[in-house]
Amino acid sequence: IKPSSPCNKCLNVSWDSTPPCTCTINFTLEHSFESNVFMYYGLSNFYQNHRRYVKSRDDSQLNGDNSSLLNPSKECEPYRTNEDKPIAPCGAIANSMFNDTLELYRIDNDTRTPITLIKKGIAWWTDKNVKFRNPTGDGNNLTALFQGTTKPVNWPKPVYMLDSEPDNNGFINEDFIVWMRTAALPTFRKLYRLIERKNNFQPTLQAGKYSLDIAYNYPVHSFDGRKRMILSTISWMGGKNPFLGIAYITVGSICFFLGVVLLFIHHKYGNRNTSADIPN
Amino acid sequence: MSQGTAGGEGAPQVLPEGKERQRKRRRRKKKESKTRLVRSSLLLPEAEPEKSKRTVLACNRLKTTKYTALSFLPKNLFEQFHRLANVYFVFIALLNFVPAVNAFQPELALAPVLFILAVTAIKDLWEDYSRYRSDQEINHMECLVYSRNEKKYISRYWKEVKVGDFVQLRCNEIIPADILLLSSSDPDGLCHIETANLDGETNLKQRQVVRRFLELDSEFDPLKFTSVIECEKPNNDLSRFRGYIIHKSGKKDGLFKENLLLRGCTIRNTEEVAGIVIYAGHETKALLNNNGPRYKRSKLERQMNADVLWCVLILLIMCLFSAIGHGLWVWQYGEKKKPIFDVPGPDGKYLSPVLASVYLFLTVIIVFQVLIPISLYVSIEIVKICQVYFIHQDKDLYDEETDSQLQCRALNITEDLGQVQFIFSDKTGTLTENKMVFRRCTVSGIEYSHDDNAKRLAMYQEPDSEEEEAAPKAGTLSQRDSICSHQSIKVIHRSQSTKTHRRTGSRAEAKRASILSKHTAFSSPMEKDITPDPRLLEKVNECAKHLEVMRSHEQPLSHLSPELCDVFDFFIALTICNTVVVTAPNQPRQKVNRFELKSPVKTIEDFIRRFTPSRLTAGSNSSSSSSLATSKSMHRFGLSTLSSTSTDSTLLKLEEKLAYSAQMNNYGYSSQQGRTAVGGTPEEGELRYEAESPDEAALVYAARAYNCSLVGRLSDQVSVELPHLGTLSFEVLHTLGFDSIRKRMSVVVRHPLTDEINVYTKGADSVVMDLLLPYDPRGKHQKKIRSKTQNYLNLYAVDGLRTLCIAKRVLSKEEYGCWLKTHLEAESSIENREELLFQSALRIEKNLHLLGATGIEDRLQDGVPETIASLRKAGLQIWVLTGDKQETAVNIAYACKLLDHDEEIITLNAESPVTTGNMTVGFTPLYPPSSSVLSSLGLVIDGRTLAYALEPALEDKFLALAKRCRSVLCCRSTPLQKSMVVKLVRDKLKAMTLAIGDGANDVSMIQVADVGVGISGQEGMQAVMASDFAIPRFRHLEKLLLVHGHWCYSRLANMVLYFFYKNAMFVALLFWYQFYCGFSGSSMIDQWYLIFFNLFFSSLPQLITGVLDKDVPAEVLIAVPQLYKSGQNMEEYQPHMFWMNMIDAMYQSLVCFFIPYFTYYDSEVDIFSWGTPITTIALFTIILHLAIETKTWMVSSFSHIILFFFVALVYNASCPVCHPPSNPYWTMERLMGDPVFYFTCIISPVVALLPRFLYRTLQGTLFPTQLQLGRQLSKLSPETRTQLLTELNVKETIRQTQLLADSFSLSLGSNASHCYRAKNQSTPLPASPQTRESLFREHTKAEHKTDQTAAASPQGAVLYEENKLPSSAGSLERSVGFHDVRCGTSEVESLSVGTTLPWSSAVDQEDFSLLKWITSTPLFSHIGTVLQVSSSSLQNETRDSICVLGSSLHVDFKGLKEESSNCLQDKMKGTPTDHCKNENSETTFL
Repeated sequence: IKPSSPCNKCLNVSWDSTPPCTCTINFTLEHSFESNVFMYYGLSNFYQNHRRYVKSRDDSQLNGDNSSLLNPSKECEPYRTNEDKPIAPCGAIANSMFNDTLELYRIDNDTRTPITLIKKGIAWWTDKNVKFRNPTGDGNNLTALFQGTTKPVNWPKPVYMLDSEPDNNGFINEDFIVWMRTAALPTFRKLYRLIERKNNFQPTLQAGKYSLDIAYNYPVHSFDGRKRMILSTISWMGGKNPFLGIAYITVGSICFFLGVVLLFIHHKYGNRNTSADIPN
Repeated sequence: MSQGTAGGEGAPQVLPEGKERQRKRRRRKKKESKTRLVRSSLLLPEAEPEKSKRTVLACNRLKTTKYTALSFLPKNLFEQFHRLANVYFVFIALLNFVPAVNAFQPELALAPVLFILAVTAIKDLWEDYSRYRSDQEINHMECLVYSRNEKKYISRYWKEVKVGDFVQLRCNEIIPADILLLSSSDPDGLCHIETANLDGETNLKQRQVVRRFLELDSEFDPLKFTSVIECEKPNNDLSRFRGYIIHKSGKKDGLFKENLLLRGCTIRNTEEVAGIVIYAGHETKALLNNNGPRYKRSKLERQMNADVLWCVLILLIMCLFSAIGHGLWVWQYGEKKKPIFDVPGPDGKYLSPVLASVYLFLTVIIVFQVLIPISLYVSIEIVKICQVYFIHQDKDLYDEETDSQLQCRALNITEDLGQVQFIFSDKTGTLTENKMVFRRCTVSGIEYSHDDNAKRLAMYQEPDSEEEEAAPKAGTLSQRDSICSHQSIKVIHRSQSTKTHRRTGSRAEAKRASILSKHTAFSSPMEKDITPDPRLLEKVNECAKHLEVMRSHEQPLSHLSPELCDVFDFFIALTICNTVVVTAPNQPRQKVNRFELKSPVKTIEDFIRRFTPSRLTAGSNSSSSSSLATSKSMHRFGLSTLSSTSTDSTLLKLEEKLAYSAQMNNYGYSSQQGRTAVGGTPEEGELRYEAESPDEAALVYAARAYNCSLVGRLSDQVSVELPHLGTLSFEVLHTLGFDSIRKRMSVVVRHPLTDEINVYTKGADSVVMDLLLPYDPRGKHQKKIRSKTQNYLNLYAVDGLRTLCIAKRVLSKEEYGCWLKTHLEAESSIENREELLFQSALRIEKNLHLLGATGIEDRLQDGVPETIASLRKAGLQIWVLTGDKQETAVNIAYACKLLDHDEEIITLNAESPVTTGNMTVGFTPLYPPSSSVLSSLGLVIDGRTLAYALEPALEDKFLALAKRCRSVLCCRSTPLQKSMVVKLVRDKLKAMTLAIGDGANDVSMIQVADVGVGISGQEGMQAVMASDFAIPRFRHLEKLLLVHGHWCYSRLANMVLYFFYKNAMFVALLFWYQFYCGFSGSSMIDQWYLIFFNLFFSSLPQLITGVLDKDVPAEVLIAVPQLYKSGQNMEEYQPHMFWMNMIDAMYQSLVCFFIPYFTYYDSEVDIFSWGTPITTIALFTIILHLAIETKTWMVSSFSHIILFFFVALVYNASCPVCHPPSNPYWTMERLMGDPVFYFTCIISPVVALLPRFLYRTLQGTLFPTQLQLGRQLSKLSPETRTQLLTELNVKETIRQTQLLADSFSLSLGSNASHCYRAKNQSTPLPASPQTRESLFREHTKAEHKTDQTAAASPQGAVLYEENKLPSSAGSLERSVGFHDVRCGTSEVESLSVGTTLPWSSAVDQEDFSLLKWITSTPLFSHIGTVLQVSSSSLQNETRDSICVLGSSLHVDFKGLKEESSNCLQDKMKGTPTDHCKNENSETTFL
């Protein structure tokens, strides 16, 4: 949902434009969302699956290994060190982390009520708890733990300042974790926030007008990329994708048709063979 | 001639016989090689200066291992890298270490290559270790070596034996090295060895002590051995050894192969021998002969390699495409605005598009490497080993009679068995049993047909089962009665002898006996028990009586009537003119533990010694041997007439011997001599004859049936037991052994009764007949005998019997002395010994007096006609290449249904290349290619014509003709020719050839053919050694080819195709992904899955399929041999199938890629949790694909899906931080909680496989292949199946006859003449005896006539020549080609042409009796050439005569007289070509 209307001004932002270019997009929901709503940001034409890009990370660093923290893997080159200091989440993936901030408001009679967006629970449980760990050390002070490292080149702030909450900061910041799970295809979406249903009597998001405030940091114009924000609910089968259903219906009908044809053929020719001989 | 050199190893030219060629080669080698000097190792002082030299000589330690502990790794790796594929994979793995291009973790990429290398290395190591162990075992065997210090023989390990050592061997010990025989406990200086380990021949061979040492009086003392042995360098020629021994006195003695004991042989029948080691260890002839297994590349593998190259091409295209794509992708972003996801190099600089694409090219090669199946070669090897194992396990290929089973000696060509198109078969021993059975004989012109014997033989042919059922069933009792009545007749015949024959027992017993006696070569009861012909037996007895009377009355022998005399000589010749060794049966032939001190009785001498009071002490031993030696010397120099009047010791010996033999003799008919006391001993004590060739044994057994039995053979004396005379001892002066150039063997003996020196010669009739005395004093009579015998010989040949002529020559003392001088010279010469001996033999084998001839039946093996029939139904062309004469070969061919009576047969016998060329060309247009298969043609060609036909100029024409024939029979062909024929067909027709044979003469053919099959039969192991497969019987070929060959082929073909499909499909997935990752070489499939996909997840199911899949069950394959054609036509693996598979793979991969793609499009899925479903889907598809393709489902195949999930789960749970970059931690677990995953996994394989499934279903239902029908057949109930099969067969024969008729009318339709229309229904020719006899009368008449004609020609050479189309220029030209071989002059040629004309004009004047005569004449002349274009107008009778005379002219046309004369007239007018067409029958050159 990003036509080149209000945010066009921000097209030429760079990574660390200090007063972030902000823009607001208004949109209307036709239907209300009944259950939990998932808020995604989508990127297109972003080749997160590029071979060198995919490799460019250090899992043991992300797992909190202290030696890797200060001496990241060679795979991270050239985002391994900056000014002789090891980059804390090294590598190209981390370096290119999505850093727009999205805020959702419901416009009710011209009053903007912010909708609470939950940042936790968007990453895989195993990622958050097993794969990604902050470095261990004496204290819980992340700043101290990340001592001697430097932030990735493109980041405005170091890794230990990603979030205020300690269980969502540093490597275990869920936005970071989600980003680190590289997408399979150049057009992808990533979970940004959750909107939980408050109570049983009210839909999570009522139909109506909403506005989205974007702190536009992430440049996509250079590669003809696009950004989107998607709000979606999830059924037991995952997100909305009609493809499988269509495919099943098509294949099913083809199979049925073929079955009938084959049955006919078998009925007509099937018995012939028993009396047929083998031609010389 | 350039053809010839290709076959031999650098032999300069083709000589008429392979043997001669070999000899030439040997001689050359001799010149090249230096000699080796061997001195006694006991002579230390003298040996000292030689020390340095001695060390060069190999010691006896055996080391066949390829590697040592240290050298294993480098050497093995080096060898493995000879394989291009390995180099390729290592190269790719190493490429991974280059950071700029690496795709995977470098260590990981090495894993599969290392795995493959390790598997191979472990296999090699294991093989090497087992070699090492067997080496150790052999090296630590013990033998007695003379020690200088202890002055006696002490026990040493084999490995300590050195050249120059003296070794003492006892009976049944295995010879540790090549030893020069210096002493033997045998009084004659003989030593018997069994060479089974070397060549598989189980008969005993004699070896002789070096002559000078034989004459030593005292026991051999190694310390006194001061001579120096000079011999040739070690070589691998088992049948040759040459050198001489230089004594201290300066005298030289020649050494020959008779003096050499070869390593690996076993000492038999000899108590103790001693000798000096000449060659040790690896220089022994046995080991030099030991070549490793051969590596052949199968046709399928060749095709596969071509497709591998295609794969490489596809790979390169894909890589190039990706590289260009990547270049463009990089380029589109321009220089300035590099996207955030394009990671620069480590130095922070971005690559230029061009450089990037170059790097990417290499990267993608790594990523796509799976397309070239790394495990293909290993899998194929494994599959083949398993296939071989299962073929080995097949009980149907086991022959209990010989206790042998199929051996696969070449492991890598199993699938070639399923693709054979041409079978080249030897005749003797392959089609036939090589069990020679004496059938009939003729003595001095009188034929003894041995009808009873024939009946007896017929009885053996009844199936066994019948026999077993016979006892309880009343219905078969009558049959049994008839058998008994036969036997009672025989009993009567044998009533002269006191005992009834033991064969009154059931045949089952006889069979058991044959199984029991399998250790003895050539001695089944069938061969041994010969029922004598009553008339002949009568004569023998009469003769013997006369002789007895004469001996008692001191009358000269000449009083005997010439006929009886001939009979007597005939049997004497049968008995003694051979190299048969007599063994007593109670000697165990099994290997006795060599530590056993007292060996059982080995020889008669042994027996005597053992039962004389003072035995086994050294003194008595030497004294007895010396006394024997003296008696022998008396034999030699004195002129003692009868051995019984010799010295006392000899008498004693002989009497002992006789008693012994009588005891052993179950016949007991020797009772006339008053030795009845021991006559009634049990029947197992029977003398056993061990012969080098089965015919010899057959003849000896035959003679024994006439109470003329061989009871003992020493080196210079043969004892023969005769009915009334007792035992006669013939002093053998010389034995001139059989060789294939002379085609005969002779013995020179001193006749004990007449004291004459007689030469008995036995040989091929063609040779012996030429050596007969030209003008005998008994002239007329002799001539008559000769012609009669020749008649009978022809008759025998017609019956498919092997014929041998027996002849005799009486030498006067002067003649003999004269010859002896030259012969001794020849024998003692060192250079050119063979040549000189040959010459010497030629000198004595002349002016022979013909005694008679024998016909020996070489019985067809069980099931040969059936096998040939079904092989032929399977579309195989069978060529028989034999060294036998044409008539015999043709008749055997008829007997085994190779030729059919309603077949047209083209016989090519030409004298010059030109003629051959004309012939072939002349025939080719006769049979248009369209009718090639339909009209059944047989081609018979003889060796000489074959030689011309194989010349480069003619070979194409020859092939063109031969290709159209249903069967080809090459007679009189040399081993070299055999291999040339095979090579010709293999190279020119690009056909898959199989050669099968059993003898040494087939080795070259077996080696040349794509598949060599050896029959592990009776003629030793040479063929087996050279072969790829060894089967016990010819009939096993059927199952081997039709079932195993088909299976192996279809399994492997399917497996290879599947391999390509699988890898292409998998790689294509990655390729599609490149479009979505900017061609960056990224892969969505975890690299572990990617790399081990081939190795683990998908390999085992196809291995199982490759080993066990049975597309059609064995019974159906046997019952419907036509199914074999699928393999010949390569139906399972055709080039287009490769591409079909590739396209299918592309489609399937598209499905497997895009269904997940659309499912997960624009979702938050990450790269590897998207790749894992794809992997899963691909695996599903691949395995279900196999399920569609495979014919027998196996649950284990599907277990791989479970395995995959298991491995994936474990792998994904194992380590949260390992395996960058994918780091698939918990991916699988998460996926398995996601229903979308399952939905995708279900639909994708369905869609992917739908087209193939549909295709298979429709094709199977609508257009089923034969194989599918066969499969269906097997699903039916047995009754319906048999019913269907019989219907099928009936239909087939009908169709065939129809086709035949069609083809005939077709070919006839093209002819100008229509006189033979509808007359071509052939009738098989039942050659009744009456017709034959009448014909013979005619022939004799004719012969007289020809004699008159021939009188004009020089040397009495008979020249016959005929041409039935004299008026046509073309045929005249053809007739120019004929000339008499003997004369060979143009004079004769012109004469022949001249004589042709009147004859043929006579033919034209419809003189059919003359025609008849003319057709028969070629048979009387051996060498004359005849072109006989016999027209269809031959009368029935004429046809019979042709048929009977063995010229194999089974004319398919009947013509009436009138019509024929019309035809002839028609032909006169027509052009030559028209004539050719009109003839449409056959041409015979004889």
